[in-house]
Amino acid sequence: MKLKLAKKNFIPFLQSLMDEYDLFAPVRLAEGASAYKKIDQPEEVDLSIRNPQKPAKEIFFPQSEIMFRYEKAGKENRITSTEEVKRNRVLLGARPCDIQAFALIDQVFAGKDYTDVYYLNKRKATTVIGMGCDGPLSTCFCSSLNGGPFQREGSDLFLTDLGESYLVELLTEKGMAFQKNKFFEKPTDKELAFAKAIEEKSAVKVKVSVPVDGIEKRLDEMVESPYWVRVQEKCLGCRVCTYLCPTCHCFDIVDEALTKKGRRVRNWDSCLSSLYSQETSGHNPRPTNRERTRQRLMHKFNYFPKNFDRIACVGCGRCIIYCPAHFDIRQTIKEIQKGGDT
Amino acid sequence: MLNTEERSKAIQAKIREKAKELLSSKKVDLIIGFGEGTLPLRTTPIFVRTPEEADRLIWNSFCENNLATYLHKLSQFKIGLVVKGCDARSVVALSHEKRFKPDQLFLIGVPCQRMVDRRRVEKAFEGEILHVSEQGDEIIVEGEDFEKTLKREDFLYPCCQVCIHRTPLKADVLVGDPVEESSLVKVHADMEEFEKKSPEERWRYFEKEVGRCIRCYACREACPMCYCTECFVDSSNPKWIDKGLSPSDIDFYHIVRAYHQSGRCSGCGACERACPMEIRLTYLTQKLNQDAKELFGFETGADPDAPPPLSTYDTDDRQEFIK
Repeated sequence: MKLKLAKKNFIPFLQSLMDEYDLFAPVRLAEGASAYKKIDQPEEVDLSIRNPQKPAKEIFFPQSEIMFRYEKAGKENRITSTEEVKRNRVLLGARPCDIQAFALIDQVFAGKDYTDVYYLNKRKATTVIGMGCDGPLSTCFCSSLNGGPFQREGSDLFLTDLGESYLVELLTEKGMAFQKNKFFEKPTDKELAFAKAIEEKSAVKVKVSVPVDGIEKRLDEMVESPYWVRVQEKCLGCRVCTYLCPTCHCFDIVDEALTKKGRRVRNWDSCLSSLYSQETSGHNPRPTNRERTRQRLMHKFNYFPKNFDRIACVGCGRCIIYCPAHFDIRQTIKEIQKGGDT
Repeated sequence: MLNTEERSKAIQAKIREKAKELLSSKKVDLIIGFGEGTLPLRTTPIFVRTPEEADRLIWNSFCENNLATYLHKLSQFKIGLVVKGCDARSVVALSHEKRFKPDQLFLIGVPCQRMVDRRRVEKAFEGEILHVSEQGDEIIVEGEDFEKTLKREDFLYPCCQVCIHRTPLKADVLVGDPVEESSLVKVHADMEEFEKKSPEERWRYFEKEVGRCIRCYACREACPMCYCTECFVDSSNPKWIDKGLSPSDIDFYHIVRAYHQSGRCSGCGACERACPMEIRLTYLTQKLNQDAKELFGFETGADPDAPPPLSTYDTDDRQEFIK
């Protein structure tokens, strides 16, 4: 079902959402820095941000999350769970690449083998309002990874910016719950045609440019390749590419404890950190950047496809833009396809 | 006089020539320099091992990384390192800390034209920048539906704007004529703003800036002076701070990181450039540098024979702060 939302009604619409839901949307933190945040004031929402630095995964998988609190009170041990999500949520303005990533992380946190209540409860309680990408960047390569700037898969509602209004598509049952929303109107044929033109223009911009076919098999033959020594050289070993990646999902669990009370917390972790694989004895099976860089690429392009039949990259381009040493994963993919020939 | 573009071309040719000579004569095992990036406004660190590869080395106004940070993991090699003025001072500071053997390094010194702040250039345009070239002393910026010429001087990094040691003070070879250093000592703009604030306002500013830290530690990894085998933030026994996003932990990390730089920071700005969240960081280290200069007459890496003030003891040390 296709409707429209006039921009003059945007703030009242957000206000009405917030009456019913916890709203999460892109917010500018400073000039040049943005993230998805829980919205307190509708004016904070900024849909002009193409893709915030921090991906939308943190709505379901926060960078730092309390799993439960514990306390020793007299002879009793008290444990307070934090897994319940008390209010339904709306995630507004996420781009198709970030939304495609949810389907990948779902395999890990809500797949056949494990169910992670912390992730799943948030995921179930959330209505996703995706947004078509009408200004894809030269670093975008979603089309090479089964995505696209207007891919609707994973969105419950989907917005296209028409200038004076948004075209709103209701795509799922959760989305159809909005069909009687008082701010939505019927779009004109002209507006529908305009939306289609915007979509087509974007699709042309993001051409299939990165060759991922067969990369899994190629990597099978490259475990001990000298390529890993060369490709890792400029990597500084920071965590930018993994933390800003919409599909990276590693975490570390720690107890933050005082004498009689504490909390169990899980924090994002990164395979590029030396501490990640260090064992209690002090032994580290991934002792250098070579093994760690290989792990990052193997996980995305070999292990994940082996386990779940999909490459764990959605082509958002964040790792290319924000790497302080300017490591370009598109180049790396091309080199791997040539057997590590730089 | 040569303009920036002509100078860069001459420097690039000399870097390649020197690299070929060093590699053919086996004086070094590898050269660390800058290579072509895949995006406009970017270059990327490259590691050159054969004379044939030396033609990949480039020089322009976007060679922003401090390559001295790579020395720590290549301690078994003889290295030819391309250094700007600030990078060379980091190397001197590292030699004080005995990070390498005296003959291990060959410094290819570039009298620096000061680097262009890529983010400031990006922010000057609404659309995506697709191509950038340097012509004379200007930068030509092109996008899908725009082309504009910018004055290079208007878009320099904050650290570069206040730099007074653009020509490396220590280098085994200079691949360009020394530049005329700024005689007028300019104050780092962010630091000046910060100093004007009351203590409460300073704290609020600091907390707001580091409040968007994601603890990726890019600032730490990009810095040549951060080379501890185990950083205090990673230590679990003892555990100094927690690993989540509590403001107190984030504040503590940034304060300790800055203070560990006292008398060691060359002011290159690598920390700030590496931050994906664009957190202002150099106002803190610049202030520490200014203190080192005022209190001890010390500038990091400016004099290879001057010992760093915080790692030496002298009976004449200032002590009026002891009450």
